[in-house]
Amino acid sequence: MMEELLSTQEELNHQSLQTKWRLMVLISQCALLILFLPIPLVTPKPIDRLIHIDATSFQFTPAEIKVNQGDRVTIEFVSTDVVHGISIDGYDFQLTSDPGQPVTGTFVASWPGMFRFRCSVACGNLHPFMIGKLWVGPNLILIRGVLLGILAVVAAIFSLKKSKVLKTGKTS
Amino acid sequence: MNRLDLTRTRWTNFLIRNRWPQFLIRAITLAGFIFTILAGLLGSVVGSHNFAIIFVWIAWWTALKLFFIPFGGRSWCSICPIPMPGEWIQNGGILQPRGKNFGLGKRWPKFLRGRWLQAGGFMLVGLFGVITLTSPSVTSIVLLIILLLAFVLALVFERRSFCNYLCPIGGFTGLYAQAAPVEVRVKNPEICSTHAQKSCYEACPWGVYPLALKSSANCGLCMECLRVCPSDNLAVNLRPWGSDLGPETKHSLDEAFLGLVMVSSALMDSAIFLGPWGQLKMAAYAIGTGSWFLFAGLFLVIALMLVPGIYTLAVWIANKLGEQKMNLRKALAHQSQVLVPLGLTAWIAFTISFALAKFSYVLPVVSDPFGWGWNLLGTVAKPWVGQSTLTSMLLQVIVLALGLFWSSRVAIKISGSLKQALPMIVFSAMTMVGMLWLLIG
Ligand code: SF4
Ligand code: SF4
Ligand SMILES: [Cu+2]
Repeated sequence: MMEELLSTQEELNHQSLQTKWRLMVLISQCALLILFLPIPLVTPKPIDRLIHIDATSFQFTPAEIKVNQGDRVTIEFVSTDVVHGISIDGYDFQLTSDPGQPVTGTFVASWPGMFRFRCSVACGNLHPFMIGKLWVGPNLILIRGVLLGILAVVAAIFSLKKSKVLKTGKTS
Repeated sequence: MNRLDLTRTRWTNFLIRNRWPQFLIRAITLAGFIFTILAGLLGSVVGSHNFAIIFVWIAWWTALKLFFIPFGGRSWCSICPIPMPGEWIQNGGILQPRGKNFGLGKRWPKFLRGRWLQAGGFMLVGLFGVITLTSPSVTSIVLLIILLLAFVLALVFERRSFCNYLCPIGGFTGLYAQAAPVEVRVKNPEICSTHAQKSCYEACPWGVYPLALKSSANCGLCMECLRVCPSDNLAVNLRPWGSDLGPETKHSLDEAFLGLVMVSSALMDSAIFLGPWGQLKMAAYAIGTGSWFLFAGLFLVIALMLVPGIYTLAVWIANKLGEQKMNLRKALAHQSQVLVPLGLTAWIAFTISFALAKFSYVLPVVSDPFGWGWNLLGTVAKPWVGQSTLTSMLLQVIVLALGLFWSSRVAIKISGSLKQALPMIVFSAMTMVGMLWLLIG
């Protein structure tokens, strides 16, 4: 009798461990899917865009730019006070403007996502934080992040639910 | 209980117990600290060319959040140079255990106890953060004030009063040490109960009685108790992350306040330093002007009213949904455990975005610490502008999701039911979405 009890207890432990592992594998698979599953999007037909950006210490105007993936973006960049530069994270794009001297450069927005652009010429105390944001297409990584957050909550709930069942199973 | 005691392995035991290894590291950090102060005062006024700015705000601040705290809790405090001079005077020697020597040894006033002042100090750092972060001389002056304050307070008050009640870094490390995988604990409580002398308590610079340690928040991992215990009854354990967080541990209102200040600061710093809002940056920089007061007002409203308000609402609802009702004060303290993994991961995500993009500044200032055009080690190079890459963004997303997973688990564990945990899960999710939006949105 005692032995029987013990072995069922052991089995129960074993089983719960197994389901726990299964759950973990399942959740990590979901997480990977959420993070890396390619989402086919209908991108609007690429167009040519001309965007004018002013740079003043320590602000780009506009500091928030949206374009579609594949667009040919021409930036007309002009500083209004001291020498400023602009370089876009992840893109090989850089311009420098002397005060009042507009410069232009063109790049193709081939990578989707959010990219910060930063001043690339030391222009004063706040230079390291002179930042703007460029969005190319919808910001998929943000959406993936929110989905991953939901998965995280679900995973937290399930990871503890199992052990509670086990605990009550033990005491009863 | 799944602990790995480092005092049971010979070489780790030697490294921990012997006073020399720790002293040598602290001698280096003290020298580095003084060098940093000098560099900030004498060197280039351009932050990115000055050792003080790059080492304090890029290298050390990053190491603290990505390495020292997540893997060692208060491990920084165990090698921190700030209390050293005061402690030497208190102990009457450099490699001495604690003893009654110089100093008035007064007890810290009761009404100033708790984590309130540390939280306030951290908020001050936030209010003046932009200027401290960009001006080498201001960084140096802040460090100097901290060093002097710790020294003077060590002469007046007993033990490490500065560390326990004032140091903003200590508030940060202490809060998150509860989630960290290291602890000092007694091996066998029975041995302690028959040992009337309590040598460990006498020796502890932090005023902790190891037998009573339930949380690692107040233990500075200085290892003094190990060195004096006649029965070798102290263990340095590696443990699972988050071990101090659970339904049984005691928490107080000041911890909730500290945790909330940290969460608000992570959100504010992300907005100021990584957002596209130049006006906000300039307002935060222009101390004393009208726009700065506007900024300070906004900061205080967010840190003292908005975030605590939402938190209080969440706790109040949770309390309503629970079977046993606590009074609100107790519930606010109890639920503050959720803020620990939440804040820690928010800070880690911020740091990944903020510092990794700027790491290329570190090597150049090693060769040219004062910005005087030296090139001591040949590592001077034009730092690249600093990018945040896709990998870094993915990493931030993963860290924030892990944080939400972790804080939800803590919320469920410390609540009577899943239903009761929901408000705190929603609070955590809101914080995480806020961070996501600021960092990668
Ligand atoms: S509390 Fe502050 S001064 Fe004290 S050891 Fe920790 S970091 Fe250093
Ligand atoms: S309990 Fe031990 S390790 Fe912790 S602060 Fe006190 S003496 Fe140092
Ligand atoms: Cu600039």
